[in-house]
Amino acid sequence: MTTRVWKFGDNLDTDAMAPGQYMKSPIEELARHCLESVRPEFAAAVRAGDVVVAGKNLGAGSSREQAPQALKALGVSALVAVSYAGLFYRNALNLGLAALVCAEAGSIVDGEPVVVDIRAGSISLPAQGRTLACEPMPGFLLEMVMAGGLLAHLQQRLAAQGKERR
Amino acid sequence: MSDVDTIATPRSLAQKIIARAAGRPVLPGEIVTCRVDLAMSHDSSGPRRVAPMLAELGAKVWDPSRYVIITDHYLPAADDESRNILKITRDWVKSAGIEHFYDGQGICHVVLPERGHIRPGMMIVGGDSHASTGGAFGSYMFGVGATEMLGVLVTGEIWLKVPETLLFEWHGRFAEGVCAKDVMLFLCGRFGLDGGQYQALEFGGSAVRALSMQERMTLANMSVELGGQVGLVAPDEITQAYLRQAGVEVDGAEMARWQSDQGAPLAAHHRYAAADLVPQVAAPHSPANAAPAADYGGQAIDVAYLGACTGAKLDDLRMAAQVLAGRRIAAGVTLMVAPASRRDQERAEAEGIMTVLADAGAQFLANACGACAGYGQYRFGDGVRVMASTARNFKGRMGSAASRIWLGSPYSVAAAACAGEIVDPREFISTSMAAFPPTPFPRKGVTAVQPLTRHPNDDSLPPRGGPSEAA
Repeated sequence: MTTRVWKFGDNLDTDAMAPGQYMKSPIEELARHCLESVRPEFAAAVRAGDVVVAGKNLGAGSSREQAPQALKALGVSALVAVSYAGLFYRNALNLGLAALVCAEAGSIVDGEPVVVDIRAGSISLPAQGRTLACEPMPGFLLEMVMAGGLLAHLQQRLAAQGKERR
Repeated sequence: MSDVDTIATPRSLAQKIIARAAGRPVLPGEIVTCRVDLAMSHDSSGPRRVAPMLAELGAKVWDPSRYVIITDHYLPAADDESRNILKITRDWVKSAGIEHFYDGQGICHVVLPERGHIRPGMMIVGGDSHASTGGAFGSYMFGVGATEMLGVLVTGEIWLKVPETLLFEWHGRFAEGVCAKDVMLFLCGRFGLDGGQYQALEFGGSAVRALSMQERMTLANMSVELGGQVGLVAPDEITQAYLRQAGVEVDGAEMARWQSDQGAPLAAHHRYAAADLVPQVAAPHSPANAAPAADYGGQAIDVAYLGACTGAKLDDLRMAAQVLAGRRIAAGVTLMVAPASRRDQERAEAEGIMTVLADAGAQFLANACGACAGYGQYRFGDGVRVMASTARNFKGRMGSAASRIWLGSPYSVAAAACAGEIVDPREFISTSMAAFPPTPFPRKGVTAVQPLTRHPNDDSLPPRGGPSEAA
């Protein structure tokens, strides 16, 4: 399946991804307003598997994990950025949304097709005929993302502890 | 490297706190697992988010005496959804056996230290980005999301990448009408929202040492705007005196332990002359759009907003009172004040500050996050121009995407309320208002007004360059 790129600039903030007035709402409703102040068509037009690409400091601002959660709820399959705000980065991985660091993210074009290999840490751009390498993710974080996030990871951990006790 | 070598190597305050929490010496760049001494959540990121996940796991809070819950985001409840979130919070606190619950007492980052929960050297996580405020006490306190908090609640642990330290020293003395908020806006303008690289920021120098505890909390609070994981101020006598008032005794040995060593590794070392800093204002829609207040002079405003953990603590209210005493706000301007905690408001009342603000024409909001978080009924409409003492002014954060927020110090917000437009606040500060000293040290006379265009001299050392020049 070909997925496409939604390209944003530097310092895209979490208030834009999870607007304050919808923070009391269920995630499905909140997600309908994701990024509406920046790119009003995003929530309605994004398709399952699409990739959000950004510049520096993706996810600046709040600790609200509804920001990556909304992106995930809309079907975004991975994030690619030059750098992340640390809190947002942790939140994305904890929710099972891969966040790749790619120095060349700026050369990815809005709307172009993209294939992201999370485990290999590579981004192939068929239209440009090239593949970009990402910084390797620490192993334990990669495993947590592949397991679906921290909740799933904790479930596995608690289950393992339960077996030991028996 | 042997343990002996590691111990003999000068270490940063961040390293020392993490080493204690990890149970072994640590070096910048290492990933370690830390024991958590204290966790805090508010009504938005707390029980409503973590309780369902705890139930799904069949797990309990690792230590209910170490998880503090504070309501602030959905107070006062504007609708049924907010009321429901508060009910979930209150019910869960009872069923989970949470020992420390502060309901309607103010904003979590101000209430937590005020009630004596923080002490130097602690490893603390908070379910809010401005949890970095706790670093003002020399604790390693940082914000986490709700799922990360779940991990802490289940295990009592959290992973960290041991940060580098970026040291910001301010020497000498800040001019009258210049405060911690100006420092942080200046640094955001200078280094950008990612200037902190999610590392440990540490603030020092004689001008920082002279700041009150609540002013230091503003430095730590906005460290997250600067992109730091934490914003640390090493403890001293001012820390000790504040904590004593909050019922926490810290002795000299404990304070001596939680200091960066001479020659500790620094990723960057910036030194400034405090006297050169002028009041700063950040234009929409980023704290990084900071410039001397005078550069935005004449920009008309509709609302002056004194609020948030950043800008409505007792010291912030004192600063505003220095400007507003004997004055009235301009016609057509609304001045909204949301004192950051109930206790700070009571102290402000006792000092006559609330009367000064009321006489000037202020309207008062609850001791809660109010318009800053944009969660409740206080949201600014299309085209509304706001001058705010809050921490961030991202597009749409405090209301309509077509509202515009300028950020400034409490002095600057109060002065803008009087002028009806953005001004350099120093011309509004009454020298007769020494009754509201914003610092614990009495100021002598009137400090000469600095030229408005002068910028602090950034005596930066190249990153990782050579030996530390802390001496």
